[in-house]
Amino acid sequence: MLYFIIRRILQIIPVIIGVTLILFTLMYIIPEDPAKLILEKGATPEALQNLREKMGIDKPVYVQYWRYIKKLAKGDLGTSYRYRRSVNSILADHYPNSIKLALAAIIIEIIIGIFAGIVSAVKKYSFWDVLVTVSTTIAVCIPVYWLGMMLQVAFGLKLGWLPMSGMGDGSIMYYILPAITLASVSTAFVARMTRSTMLEVLSNDYITTAYAKGLSTNMVIGKHALKNALIPVVTLIGMDLGTLMGGAILTETVFNWPGVGRTIYLAILQRDAPVVIGGTIILVMIFVVMNLIVDIIYALLDPRIRYEKKEIQI
Amino acid sequence: MASIKELEVLEEIETGKKYSRTSLYKDAWKRLKKNKLAMLGLSIVILLILIAIFAPLISPYNPILRIKEDSSLGPSMNNLFGTDLLGRDIFSRVIYGSRISIEVGVIAVGISVIIGLFFGALSGYFGGISDALIMRIADIFFAFPYILGAIAIMTILGPGIVNIFIAIGILGWASIARIFRSSILTIKNKEYIEAARAMGAGSSRIIIKHIFPNSFAPIIVYATMNVGTAIIVEAALSFLGIGVQPPTPAWGKMLAESLAYIDTAPWMMFFPGLAILITVLGFVLLGDGLRDAFDPKLR
Amino acid sequence: MAETENNKILEVKNLRTYFYTDDGVVKAVDGVSFDLKKGETLGIVGETGCGKSVTALSILRLIPQPMGKIVEGEIIFDGKDLLKLGQKELQNFRGNRISMIFQDPMTSLNPVYTVGNQVIESLVVHRKLSKEEARRESLKLLEMVGIPEPKRRFNSYPHEFSGGMRQRVMIAMAIANSPSVLIADEPTTALDVTIQAQILELMDELKHKTNSSIIIITHDLGVVAKYANRVMVMYAGKPVEFSNVDNIFYKPMHPYTIGLMKSITRLDEEKRKKLKPIEGLPPSLIDLPKGCIFRIRCKYAIDQCKKEYPPLVEIEKDHHVSCYRAKEFMDGILERFGN
Repeated sequence: MLYFIIRRILQIIPVIIGVTLILFTLMYIIPEDPAKLILEKGATPEALQNLREKMGIDKPVYVQYWRYIKKLAKGDLGTSYRYRRSVNSILADHYPNSIKLALAAIIIEIIIGIFAGIVSAVKKYSFWDVLVTVSTTIAVCIPVYWLGMMLQVAFGLKLGWLPMSGMGDGSIMYYILPAITLASVSTAFVARMTRSTMLEVLSNDYITTAYAKGLSTNMVIGKHALKNALIPVVTLIGMDLGTLMGGAILTETVFNWPGVGRTIYLAILQRDAPVVIGGTIILVMIFVVMNLIVDIIYALLDPRIRYEKKEIQI
Repeated sequence: MASIKELEVLEEIETGKKYSRTSLYKDAWKRLKKNKLAMLGLSIVILLILIAIFAPLISPYNPILRIKEDSSLGPSMNNLFGTDLLGRDIFSRVIYGSRISIEVGVIAVGISVIIGLFFGALSGYFGGISDALIMRIADIFFAFPYILGAIAIMTILGPGIVNIFIAIGILGWASIARIFRSSILTIKNKEYIEAARAMGAGSSRIIIKHIFPNSFAPIIVYATMNVGTAIIVEAALSFLGIGVQPPTPAWGKMLAESLAYIDTAPWMMFFPGLAILITVLGFVLLGDGLRDAFDPKLR
Repeated sequence: MAETENNKILEVKNLRTYFYTDDGVVKAVDGVSFDLKKGETLGIVGETGCGKSVTALSILRLIPQPMGKIVEGEIIFDGKDLLKLGQKELQNFRGNRISMIFQDPMTSLNPVYTVGNQVIESLVVHRKLSKEEARRESLKLLEMVGIPEPKRRFNSYPHEFSGGMRQRVMIAMAIANSPSVLIADEPTTALDVTIQAQILELMDELKHKTNSSIIIITHDLGVVAKYANRVMVMYAGKPVEFSNVDNIFYKPMHPYTIGLMKSITRLDEEKRKKLKPIEGLPPSLIDLPKGCIFRIRCKYAIDQCKKEYPPLVEIEKDHHVSCYRAKEFMDGILERFGN
């Protein structure tokens, strides 16, 4: 098992390197002159040149690039064009909030998604099944931010039950709407996937064997079917984390949630490329780490993956 | 070098495939017709295309015309969907917004399909190192969240609709490439390909003439689904401000503008969002239906 | 007669199991009756699709719903009608008093749990055992069915076993609670020929050790010839002939059985004779013809065969046949083993 984990970590490293390299590279093809952005209009050419020198962007591309790699190796994401603070410091304030929101969304996604999927598979064609199928189909098509706004109006404004935006004092109330919004599309995917894998698993012979042993329906589904059905679902959740990261930007914007997503949004408005790229990298890193965790859970569930190496034949 | 005609004849003799190809589509169409949800999807899509084409004729007002006095009015007989903060008629803007969506859907996915077919062909037909390399790169694209990638690219390229086409198009090639590649791998080794090669047909001819028509079906399915995704991503980009620029009406942009006015003028966000929802739903239902129609075993 | 009555451990009366599909109603089992005596091995034979597996599944009510439904019949075991039992009681019987093993050992074991886990499960579902007791019992069972190094294999996963080994594990699970009846649905069809023999021998051995009766479902007449005491031949969902194994092989009275016997190679026949397959194809179970379903392929068919399906009649001691002309065969009026 340990061997498996180490292997996966080693596999991840080139991916991280690849992704960050690509993104950093992209940053250097920016056509606009950042110096102009920072100084106000009417700045003298000397002042502009001065700033450029200070920022180091007047040097040829490969020099800048090399500097960036060195900084990257140290974990330094560069300096914001707008705020003249390091990108790291800007993001450091915000990424814990994103993680908290993402975790809340994942919990919702897993619990509601899997539960809905199981019920609709076990009670195929029933009212519940139809309800789940219809709502998941629609959920996949809803723009996440629109859903957020609708929820805000409905629950925040009209009904006044829940706060409309911000993180407030950090109590659960503030998490509810943003987390549901962020989780919506993913939950729908998970529910559909769970339903179809559950249906497939239930048609397997070992389920009949389990019943033949005298197990109750709850045992058969809860013990025998579930573990098998969850395996592909776990993979899906892993693959879907990316959508969560992308959705984070939109959701945090709508709900004014102080996370990396909103920071990126504001940076986009201000054409502050280092922050945008840096923020994206952070999101990608979170995504990659979560993926790794998902892979490990997957191996825990499916012994066939774990024991790839040992095959005993008689 | 054998002529196309000879290859066609050979094909017919060999497997009678010519018949089966057209009847595959006829059968699929019959099955599709029976599927009510898919037909609903198809109607939505057709309706959307018609609205986009005939926008100038159907919309009551000029979408960028501001009428200061009429700003932020609720839905009424005059303005079916109400007006926005600048006094523009939302109904007209929603109608015109469909143009952007359709354009993005078709062109961006078109780009994805072309890139995907190219790499899929390279990968599947020639195999070896190019195959491994291309598939690894595809994996990275797969893993990368769509929206994040689009944002990154748009930040670099700058706003504008052409850049949107490029950004979305570049990100979507991986799934197309993958299915095309697997189609190729399945068909590559069938006998009539051997026969064609024996008659002197070159690789590109074989790919275009023989492999392509047979792998078309899953590509159509994926392309349709991808249009839905493309529309959502475009709306997201416009929402974030790096998509279409004002004053062009785009649904995502309208939603961004409505953010500040949720409490005072909720209709500003309701209708554009609904438009996105229905449009994407149409493509998703159609895509699902096509998939079932081409291969009912895939339920 | 009274003794034979007491000797019956399981009795199936007029079982009908139908499947409701989009294309129509499939009458998989349509009026099957038989009984199982204590300590015997009953073989149920027939072509693929004749309803033998469905019969077996019906006994334990393992028919997939909502498509399938047991529409009629009684299954008497231990004085109770299994078809009328409530869920909880039924679960008590399954894997405990009546066990079943299935055809494909590759897919019949859950791939994500260890073999030991699954064997223990068979035990603790029906008995209160401590962890160590359960483990000890399971190891004993694994040994009994001939699994080498049971301690080590206990923690192995099904995919690490070969087909024959997996089937042994299935058997271990099935006999865990010393059931009175063991139903084996084509237990060796998916295995190599050499392994087949081993498994069948094992089952026969265990039958004597645990005092159970076996119902073995198979299409392999060789298996039946060697291991069965009595045999029921099925065709298109109906019983066709039911007797002891000697009668079936040496004195078959139903045209179908006769045809079967002529179509197999037998050591006791002259070498020169050609194998004669039964002409025609088995009918679709949706569109069953009226009357005797075999009449279309039967060269002895008469008018009466068109009207109603011949009931299962005891034409001599312990020999039941569903054929209007069975008596004629019996009395030697009709040639059975002609060309």
